[in-house]
Amino acid sequence: MNLNINVDDNEKLKTVTLSGEIDAYTAPKLKETLLPLTQEDQAVVKVDLEGVSYMDSTGLGVFISALKSTKEYDSQLTLVKMNDRVYRLFEITGLTEIIDIETDSTVRGGM
Amino acid sequence: MSTLKMDLSSYKDLLKQYIETQNEQALYRAEQFSKHSIQQNISPDEIVDVHVQALSELYPDIPDNIMNSMNFLLETMISYGLAYQEYQALREKQYELQSEISVAANMQDTLLSTTKPNLEGLDIGVTSHPAKQMSGDYYHFVQDQKGSVGIAVADVIGKGIPAALCMSMIKYSMDSFPDEQMYPSSILEGMNWVVERNVDPSMFITMFYGLYDQASNHFYYSSAGHEPGFYYSAKNDEFSEIEAKGLVLGVDRSATYKQYETLVETGDMIVLLTDGVTECRAGERFIERDEISDVIHQYKHLPAQEITEQVYQHFERLQDFQLRDDFTMVIIRRDV
Repeated sequence: MNLNINVDDNEKLKTVTLSGEIDAYTAPKLKETLLPLTQEDQAVVKVDLEGVSYMDSTGLGVFISALKSTKEYDSQLTLVKMNDRVYRLFEITGLTEIIDIETDSTVRGGM
Repeated sequence: MSTLKMDLSSYKDLLKQYIETQNEQALYRAEQFSKHSIQQNISPDEIVDVHVQALSELYPDIPDNIMNSMNFLLETMISYGLAYQEYQALREKQYELQSEISVAANMQDTLLSTTKPNLEGLDIGVTSHPAKQMSGDYYHFVQDQKGSVGIAVADVIGKGIPAALCMSMIKYSMDSFPDEQMYPSSILEGMNWVVERNVDPSMFITMFYGLYDQASNHFYYSSAGHEPGFYYSAKNDEFSEIEAKGLVLGVDRSATYKQYETLVETGDMIVLLTDGVTECRAGERFIERDEISDVIHQYKHLPAQEITEQVYQHFERLQDFQLRDDFTMVIIRRDV
């Protein structure tokens, strides 16, 4: 299965929409796209994971790298809309405590 | 080429025999000839060359256009032959790499080897299988003077050789903790510090650390974002999730780890695992955590070691014997 990455690079808000699976094969492609965005000074980046049916721990690695770069570049990263299985992965690893995650109606966790 | 040249006359005989009789035996010998040529690294164009020579010796008045077409074929086969040689060279290179990786995998086994403690009243089982040659899963037992057993189960995110190298670092840092500091929360805090400073930002480690105190039958534990294990209560005959919150190692230097404790009663089991167990897929379907506890329940009458092996075999079958991820399971049961 593949991962489709769509970037809407607006000056104020960069939205990355993902659909498919994030695993060891697709994670490098995601990293190549996401990191340059969060490495822009004061950038606001939103990642929509609604279409992501599966993510493994290599996917988490990409979001951790992105989170680390937001500290360096004073940028912001928010993850929105993810299914329960993907959310569970962020929850078990304790990342919901340090990454901004929003779902449809509620804000889950925060900085 | 020289071996082939010597074989020219036999090839000529063979060709003649076939042209005259078209019998099976000549074809069989042709096959032997081609196998022999492969062994001798003889390229296809050289065989065509021998064929052309044999043909012109057998039939000196062969029409020019046929002869020209044979030379044309010879030219065509030359680049094919070169590609074949390149393929051979790559194949040798690959054998070389493969044997180097198995040396590394053996070394990993030696470096990371741990002895399962043999304690009266405590039944411990462990099964660990890498998906590829080198594992990113790690488990380790530490036994102290006072009869306590420490159990670490960890998973390096990022697979293969880099993950395996990282494991050795974890192991040696763990060995450097003095006995009196073997409490789960302080171990994870120390490990987090080591990993944060030494590992690439996209690589991180999940780890569960438990300490079983045999004097009081208390189990102390902390988790750094590790896949939750199961606790089996013999009295209630039911499984529950071992809940422990904590951030994965290597992300935030200031992370702290909460320590939990529970009293383990006779017959109770502590089941620790890695996400290779829970991320297991049967076809397109993911297995549910309940299925894991159900399988353990089915084999709970067996010794701990056999339970872990049965569970592994069960999920190996479900995945058609192709593990997607490293698989590790540890079971600790209080017997008396």
